[in-house]
Amino acid sequence: MSVRRLAEAAVQPPSFAFSDENAAWAEATILKYPEGRQQSAVIPLLMRAQEQDGWVTKAAIEAIAGMLRMPLIRVLEVATFYTQFQLKPVGTRAHIQVCGTTPCMLRGSDDLKTVCKSKIHPEPFHLNEGGTLSWEEVECLGACVNAPMVMIFQDTYEDLTPKRLGEIIDAFEAGKGAEVKPGPQTDRHLSVPIGGLTTLTEVDEDGSAEETSRGTTTPRSAPAGAEASVPPAQAGRPDTHAAETDPTIAGPGKAKREDSAPAAAEPTTSDKLVAEASRPGSGSEGGTVEGQTGAEEKDAAAFGTTPSDKAPGDARTEGKLRDQEAAAGDAVIAERKLVDNPEGTATEPSRRKTNDTAGGEPFEPVVEAKRKDTSDTSGGSPAKD
Amino acid sequence: MAKIKVDGTEIEVPDHYTLLQAAEEAGAEIPRFCFHERLSVAGNCRMCLIEVKGGPPKPAASCAMGVRDLRPGPNGEAPEIFTNTPMVKKAREGVMEFLLINHPLDCPICDQGGECDLQDQAMAFGVDSSRYRENKRAVEDKYIGPLVKTIMTRCIHCTRCVRFTTEVAGISELGLVGRGEDAEITTYLENAMTSELQGNVIDLCPVGALTSRPYAFQARPWELSKTETVDVMDAVGSSIRVDTRGREVMRILPRTNEDINEEWISDKTRFVWDGLRTQRLDRPYIRENGRLRPASWGEAFDVVKARVSATAPDRLGAIAGDLAALEEMWALKRLMASLGSANLDCRQDGAKIDPANGRASYLFNTTIAGIEHADALLIVGSNPRFEASVLNARIRKRWRQGGFPIGVVGQRADLRYEYAYLGAGSDTLSNIESANSGFYEALKNASRPMIIVGGGALVGEKGGEALAALAALAREIGAVTEGWNGFNVLHTAASRVGGLDIGFVPGEGGKTAAEMASGGVDVLFNLGADEIEIAPGAFVVYVGTHGDKGAHRADVILPAATYTEKSGTWVNTEGRVQTGGRAAFPPGEAREDWAVLRALSAVLGKTLPFDSLGALRRDLFSSNPALGGDGLTPADPSVITTLADRAGTLSGGAFPAVVHDFYLTNPIARASKVMAECSKLAQELHLEAAE
Repeated sequence: MSVRRLAEAAVQPPSFAFSDENAAWAEATILKYPEGRQQSAVIPLLMRAQEQDGWVTKAAIEAIAGMLRMPLIRVLEVATFYTQFQLKPVGTRAHIQVCGTTPCMLRGSDDLKTVCKSKIHPEPFHLNEGGTLSWEEVECLGACVNAPMVMIFQDTYEDLTPKRLGEIIDAFEAGKGAEVKPGPQTDRHLSVPIGGLTTLTEVDEDGSAEETSRGTTTPRSAPAGAEASVPPAQAGRPDTHAAETDPTIAGPGKAKREDSAPAAAEPTTSDKLVAEASRPGSGSEGGTVEGQTGAEEKDAAAFGTTPSDKAPGDARTEGKLRDQEAAAGDAVIAERKLVDNPEGTATEPSRRKTNDTAGGEPFEPVVEAKRKDTSDTSGGSPAKD
Repeated sequence: MAKIKVDGTEIEVPDHYTLLQAAEEAGAEIPRFCFHERLSVAGNCRMCLIEVKGGPPKPAASCAMGVRDLRPGPNGEAPEIFTNTPMVKKAREGVMEFLLINHPLDCPICDQGGECDLQDQAMAFGVDSSRYRENKRAVEDKYIGPLVKTIMTRCIHCTRCVRFTTEVAGISELGLVGRGEDAEITTYLENAMTSELQGNVIDLCPVGALTSRPYAFQARPWELSKTETVDVMDAVGSSIRVDTRGREVMRILPRTNEDINEEWISDKTRFVWDGLRTQRLDRPYIRENGRLRPASWGEAFDVVKARVSATAPDRLGAIAGDLAALEEMWALKRLMASLGSANLDCRQDGAKIDPANGRASYLFNTTIAGIEHADALLIVGSNPRFEASVLNARIRKRWRQGGFPIGVVGQRADLRYEYAYLGAGSDTLSNIESANSGFYEALKNASRPMIIVGGGALVGEKGGEALAALAALAREIGAVTEGWNGFNVLHTAASRVGGLDIGFVPGEGGKTAAEMASGGVDVLFNLGADEIEIAPGAFVVYVGTHGDKGAHRADVILPAATYTEKSGTWVNTEGRVQTGGRAAFPPGEAREDWAVLRALSAVLGKTLPFDSLGALRRDLFSSNPALGGDGLTPADPSVITTLADRAGTLSGGAFPAVVHDFYLTNPIARASKVMAECSKLAQELHLEAAE
């Protein structure tokens, strides 16, 4: 961001007036505010002026100050404070706002900016030769799931590739902006997962199918108790001697566990993990149907099967937290297997691997702390059945 | 009252106090930049951080947290705050380091150097070095008028100036545009500020971002000698400090005086000092063959003596100007008495005020601080914004508190607050009830209503009638009651009340100023009266300071001292007697006025009975015991009732404006280049507004 000033006098129009429609709207907007607080309408009015003219002119600032009986400087303060107000002329056919915040940047907004630089102007806030286009980089526009994206007027164009953005710019340049469909520019529907659903793929109807799929995934992980004995991976540990990362210091979670130990029967690790799975919001599956998982073992198992059907390393299981949740999900299955089907205790190698990296000691305090909470609230642990 | 413990000492403070004020009360110094007692709380500089016991484990901004925001301890102990803990020290160091990240290290060329809050507080509360290696932010300087110079890179965004213009001056001219690192203080499109109080932002600015343009690079604060005195630019008598280097006045600053000017002064008061150097009369002059020629004191006195001895006493006269102090008026009055003349007048504007009516009939009886207790106000024939800018700020202060209906009869003008405009002149005044019944009701039902009568209502033939009618109105609305006197006359001349108090008015059979000026006398002593047109014919002895209108008409000029060059006593519009010190010496052969008159009296063979200022004052105060003490004695309000009894039917037209050009009301201001520039700007603005 840079210092924001009004545009130079040469480009300022001599006067400003709301169109009839906008004037009526402005009047109604001003009336929304209680007597003596009409000045609160300054932001909506400035925004409407910008929508009308494309940018906020000096004349508009003065006209709005007059309408609201505000000192000019107060309106100028507002207009210069909010970067959403364009103080210089923008492209008459399109002003492209490229989101450059982290998610979009990670997904390639730099390439989109390169497109804008080559197709419009090397600098943001500058018009192209015809005065029809301009661009700027803006902060997050709230469509991170569909990153990278741009906003033109009030529509967002998402899931962009540099090529597609080029086409969109050309369309607007040609005055055919209205023909471009807003939203995702791929075959994706809204913000559903790229490459199809990763969850809730078999909704509602065919319960038996789920049963069979569960049945087929026989090779299950080892008893959860055994998992916990696997030494934790050290790769992700921060290389520091800071006090808070010293593993010999008991964390608050451990302390809690010691407190609660006499009250409850010695919980097994599998016990804890089952509870973890049934905790509200513990994962994309379990959390949403917490009541069922808590009460009905069968359903819990059904949900638990879903991740095991997926290949390891897909989008859903990226990242540590995901891994941990997956481990918890697996543990549910394992537990059920122990009850239902003692033979199904063989370890599925790929799942094991995930558990190795994630389900170890570093996370244990957290799990324990949460376990205590959930066992209080979930109305009975499945293990007690 | 609330109990609070500050650094272990328990004190009791009013509920509405902030923690900062409570700490000050307990004697703990809290550094601050944005906080100012007379402005709203912004809380954006973060310099006043303190530690609150039992509060969140982080420092709290003491300026923005009230004493009553703190809860007592579990057993009802007083809440406790600390201003000297390591946490507070670290917080202050941190804030100071952040403030200094972008503040330039240009103290050696900064006019604020030596009296800079940032400098002082960095010394007291900051750390000794900077960890910042990057480039500092640079900000373009803004033009905000001929009085205030800006070096915006120095700005720390405390927004005191913005709050001052909006809240005290009453015109939102300054603002903070942009945001974050790009925030800048400016006026709209860098227009010049128009407020008459804008100079106060210079004092308010805690750094050197807003400095005095005329004073730029003139002097350093430590090389100036400071003299406390009284302002004479208007009848308010603001408390000022005159800073001089050698013989020259370098600047004028306000002194805090809660009764009069709080800590503000008008721009005319502040920036008039360059007028003290130019157009000065530094030696006596005698008019010969239509031309003034320099002369010696002896020659000049001899010429005066020749004319006075050749003139009958009733053809001698004296007019005192607007800036005269009590001392010289008293000396002139004694001289005229010994010469046998009753032709005296201190009312060169012709205001129909008569000390015979009693002191309460010409004083601002409510007092300036008393405005804050009033609950309705009628302004008649006055524009307080121009006639007494600081007093106008006080009216605005009261108006901002709400429940203060204001009505105006006279010239319609922007007074920096809303008012009900009733009408232009005496016609409205005689039918005030019908002019605006709503306002009249409010005025009548108010328990402490005020009427401010300005010069506009009092000048001219019908001035006396208007005064009586207004006294009657004051009685009618109950403005004069036990313990409340709401009848006020707002003067424009610093000398006026003093002159009336010592009886510098026509004696038995004496002529008024207008009569004297239009040929009523043959020899006229003109004590700095520059606002009156003296008809050809009379021999004019001008005792004054500047080559202004009076000097141009003079036949003999006796050079005298300005208000900064003499110790003088002035009585302000409230009747407050104030004595100011001498800050500098008169230029050249010029002498203090009373000494000129004393020397002249000896030449005229009517030697005045005092040889020193002390003797003069003893004589003055023994004859006028009411003026004896420094301070304010309320006048007897019963005379207003007596005056009201004389009220008849009122006739006449619209009340004229008394002050036509705020910046050029007296010879000193007219000699000032700065005032001329301000005046030009104001005129242009006026013309623009008229278009």
